[in-house]
Amino acid sequence: MTKNGPSVPAPLGLLAELTHRCPLGCPYCSNPLALDKRNDELDTATWARVFGEAAALGVLQVHLSGGEPAARRDLPDIVKAARDAALYSNLITSAVGLTPQTLAALAATGLDHVQISIQDSDEASADHIAGYKGASARKRTLAREVVRLGLPLTINMVVHRANIARIETMVELALSLGASRVEIAHVQYYGWALKNRAALMPTRDQVDDAVRTVETLRERHRGQIVIDAVVPDYYARFPKPCVGGWGRRSLNITPAGRVLPCHAAEVIPGLEFWNVREHSLADIWRASPAFMAFRGTDWMQEPCKSCPRREQDFGGCRCQAFMLTGDARATDPVCHLSPEHAIVAQAAAERADEAYDYRCLQSAELSIPIAKEN
Amino acid sequence: MMTEPVIQVSDSDRPRLPRGVRLTHNETQGGWILLAPERVFKADAITAEILKRCTGETTLLEIVDDLASTFAAPRERIHADVVKLLGGLAEKKLLELG
Repeated sequence: MTKNGPSVPAPLGLLAELTHRCPLGCPYCSNPLALDKRNDELDTATWARVFGEAAALGVLQVHLSGGEPAARRDLPDIVKAARDAALYSNLITSAVGLTPQTLAALAATGLDHVQISIQDSDEASADHIAGYKGASARKRTLAREVVRLGLPLTINMVVHRANIARIETMVELALSLGASRVEIAHVQYYGWALKNRAALMPTRDQVDDAVRTVETLRERHRGQIVIDAVVPDYYARFPKPCVGGWGRRSLNITPAGRVLPCHAAEVIPGLEFWNVREHSLADIWRASPAFMAFRGTDWMQEPCKSCPRREQDFGGCRCQAFMLTGDARATDPVCHLSPEHAIVAQAAAERADEAYDYRCLQSAELSIPIAKEN
Repeated sequence: MMTEPVIQVSDSDRPRLPRGVRLTHNETQGGWILLAPERVFKADAITAEILKRCTGETTLLEIVDDLASTFAAPRERIHADVVKLLGGLAEKKLLELG
């Protein structure tokens, strides 16, 4: 510790949101409600500079995400820039709008890993969730192409009330596509997901069943496929160590260049984010007000301040604390020690079978064809 | 839950890191690191010495012999350690046995 605050650790991972454009409309999208516009997106050269600065800071992996990263025509150049900076590159894609030709170019450039999202094992349900007819078939085709090219594949499945009963068939689907890893990610309620919370929230029994199913599947498929599960935190006793601790392990860059400690951080009012167009990444990481705000433990209040777990879960998620209690310095109310814990229990009990409020952009912003379900 | 190893490495296997798994040295992060799909593992010096030899060209037995002579250590123990480490990595899809 110095008098200026906690010592500054070296980040490990960079989430590069290349664009907010996406052909899908998933109602749990983690992008903010106010999406960055196409003409505000960083150019190739700026991303290349930022990757070099990130590597110098200690970053090892870059996660190329969005939106749909393939909406950017310069994606192969961006992957090459990551490779040139000696970063491990991970493409997080919907697979819709990514052609086999582009994929082959990325593989040849040295892309390290591909993650494809699959909305459901039931194809009609999958297309309904994505708000895009034919998305499921395209995803399966491209997933097979990833494996054919010799790239490692992770299938990411976001779990919520409409598909939580089909975890087993979803894992079987991932196996049949040749994935080496599957992520079972229960919806985290930020951005569009918070807007659609009542339509997405599973019941306690469904969540308990899902946790048991994942355990059984892990044992059944040991050595065949790695199953990683993100726990549904509304039903947890302790909060998640969000992003491994604020300003500690990772950073996130929006399409327009704002650098955030996590992808949802902009919901917290009063935080000042710096932009890579105006500052070096090292200055932003070490000294920008947003990163300084909740780094370390000095900002904590009780019960976090004296909690023996404060260096384990770092008080949970700042965004969630703000969204649910109105105070970003509060204990994440997911924690059973939070005086506001009842809010979470109440929210988890609110379910409504209403239509999804699909994530959307003005169609003029899209460069890829869009065929929304009506 | 008791977990039995599901993958047995045999002496004639030629282990290698698959595409998407890379061993790298990084001063800022404090040494050897195994980079994997959406995961990062710190590797101690011994693990790094073993993984450096997993090129897909050398058999497990040759790797053990090499380590035993390089570090003047008992061969039996090295063999047991290497089999355990590589079996665990293969189960996590961080290693291919060819």
